[in-house]
Amino acid sequence: MDDRFFVHREEYPITAGDFSAAGDASARIKYVLRKLGIDSALVRRAAIAAYESEINMVIHSAGGTLTLTVDRDTIRLLARDRGPGIPDIDLAMQEGYSTATEAIRELGFGAGMGLPNMRRCSDRFTIRSSPGGTVIDMEFTIGKESG
Amino acid sequence: MNQYFHSVTLDRDKCKGCTNCLRGCPTEAIRVRDGKAAIIAERCIDCGECIRACPYHAKVARTDPLSALDRFRYRIALPAPSLYGQFRGLDDTRRVLSGLMDLGFDDVFEVARGADIVTRALMRRLRESTAQPLISSACPAVMRLIQVRFPGLLGNIVDLQSPMEVAAQTARREFCERRGVSADEVGTFFITPCPAKMTSIRNPLGMERSHVDGAISIIELYGPLSARLAHPDKHYDGPMATLYGVGWANSGGESTASGCDDTLAVDGIHNVIRVLEEIENGKLPELRFFEGLACTGGCVGGPLVFENAYVAKDRIRRLVERMPRQTLDPDAESARPGSFDPTLTTPIREQRVLELDEDLSAALEKMGRVESITESLPGLDCGSCGAPSCRALAEDIVQGKAAEIDCIFRLRDKVARLAREMKDLAQSDSRKE
Repeated sequence: MDDRFFVHREEYPITAGDFSAAGDASARIKYVLRKLGIDSALVRRAAIAAYESEINMVIHSAGGTLTLTVDRDTIRLLARDRGPGIPDIDLAMQEGYSTATEAIRELGFGAGMGLPNMRRCSDRFTIRSSPGGTVIDMEFTIGKESG
Repeated sequence: MNQYFHSVTLDRDKCKGCTNCLRGCPTEAIRVRDGKAAIIAERCIDCGECIRACPYHAKVARTDPLSALDRFRYRIALPAPSLYGQFRGLDDTRRVLSGLMDLGFDDVFEVARGADIVTRALMRRLRESTAQPLISSACPAVMRLIQVRFPGLLGNIVDLQSPMEVAAQTARREFCERRGVSADEVGTFFITPCPAKMTSIRNPLGMERSHVDGAISIIELYGPLSARLAHPDKHYDGPMATLYGVGWANSGGESTASGCDDTLAVDGIHNVIRVLEEIENGKLPELRFFEGLACTGGCVGGPLVFENAYVAKDRIRRLVERMPRQTLDPDAESARPGSFDPTLTTPIREQRVLELDEDLSAALEKMGRVESITESLPGLDCGSCGAPSCRALAEDIVQGKAAEIDCIFRLRDKVARLAREMKDLAQSDSRKE
C-alpha cells in the first residue's frame, strides 16, 4: 500500500421515536468495522457506544445523525441531534440517572446507563449540549488492544 | 488436524445451480460459479441451513457408514439425546439402548449421561464466573458462528467439553476397566443428528483431539433400530441418564438443567444471530447464561434426524415428564477423587475470514470501492450473479473473484450500450459510403 491515507466515512440518519429502526445504524457500524478487520474487543466497545448513542437519540432527541469515520489510527463516532438538549450534563452522566418516561422504561430502556456506557467504552469522550441539540464526540484508538 | 474439513458438502451431480441455498447461509459461505454451488470452506460453520434449503438434496452431510464399526474390536454407541424423540410410542429410553446393543454394539453410553456431567460442571461455573453472560459450548455450529461473526464474545463461551466428548471418554475408560481391554481396541461412535458434530470430531474446538472415533447419522440407524425396539434380544442393564440429560435434546434443556434463573435459550441459527448481536451491544446486562442452538427446536431439529422436529420435541418432553424426579448436585461428581474434569484444554480462536484485508489501509481502500460498486448495482439481492447479495458481489469484485457483468442487470445495460454503439457505428459508416 502506498502513502495514500484512506478514510472511510458513513453517516446514518436517526429518526426520533422510531424503535423499529433503532439498532440498524449500530449493526451497520459493527459490520463495517468487522469488514475492516478491526480487533474484536474494540469492535465490541465501539458497537456498545454506537448502540447507546443511537438509542439515546431515538428516545430523547428530535432526531439527528450518527457519523462513523475510520482512518488508520482512529474510529470516530459523532452523534449530533436537533434538541431539546440536556439541561444538566453532570447529572446526566451519573450512572442510574434517567429522564426516560415510564413508557420507555416498559420497553426495557431508560436504565440511566447510556451516557456512562458511552464514556466507559470510548477512549476520548466529549459532550456539548444546548437547547438546539447535543453533540457527542467519541474516539477509539486502533491498535491499543493487544494481539 | 484438518482445519477445513467439513461434514457439509456438495453433490455436484445433483446441484442445478439454483440460488435457494445462497440467501440462508449465515456466513455468506456459498457462491454459485459456473452453474454449480461452491462452499467457501473457511467460512462454513456446518449449520446445515443449506441442506434444508436445497430442493434437489445436493447439499449433503458426510458421516461414517455403519461399516466403520469394523475398524474396532469393541464398539461403544454414544446415542445423542435427540435419538429418543424419533420413535413413536417409546415409553422407556432403555429400550433404545438395548436395541443399539442388538445392532452389534458391545456397550452403550448415553450422551445424556455426558450431559449430566457437563450440567454439574456448568452449575459450578455459573456459581464462580463473572462473565456476563456465559455462553453454552454445546452447539458446535454456534461456536463456529461466534468464531467467525462474534469473536468479541469468544471469552464468554463456557470452557466445558461437549456431552459427546465427555461421554466418549467416560465410556471408554469404564469399558476398559470393566473388561480389561486396552483403549485402542475400543471405538466410540456418536449417533448424531448433526453434521457440525461430525466436523467437530475431525476438527475439535477447545481440545487437541476428539475422543470420538466416528459418527453415524440417526437417519442411517433409524430403520434397523426401530425394527428391533419392540423385542430386542439383548438387554442394556447399566446406569441411565437423568431427566435433565435427556432434556438437552430440546432447546432450553441445558438452561433448565442448569437450575439458573437468568437464562435465555434461542434456537434457529438466524434467531441466535439476532440475540448474539444484542448481547454484543450490551443490551442484555442481566443475562447469566445463553444457550444458542443452530437448529430449530434444538438438536431434535438436526438435519440428520428422521422425525419432524416438533413431533420429536414433544416426545422428548413426555419422556422427561415420565422419568424419576431428581436433583443434580453440582458438587457430587467433582468431590469424588479421580473424577473426570470436562474443562476444555485449548483456547478457541477467532476466525478472521470476513475482513477485506489484513492491512487496515488496504481494507479501508477496498471498503470505499465496495461501497461505490454496491451503489452501482440494482440492490435487488436476486442472487442471479451467484453471490447472496449485491454487497457480497461488490466484495467479490473488489477481491478479484467476480466481475461486474456477473450482474445480469449490468450485463443487460452493457449489451444495450454495445448494441447502440454498433448501430451508431454502422450508420456513420453508411453515411461515409
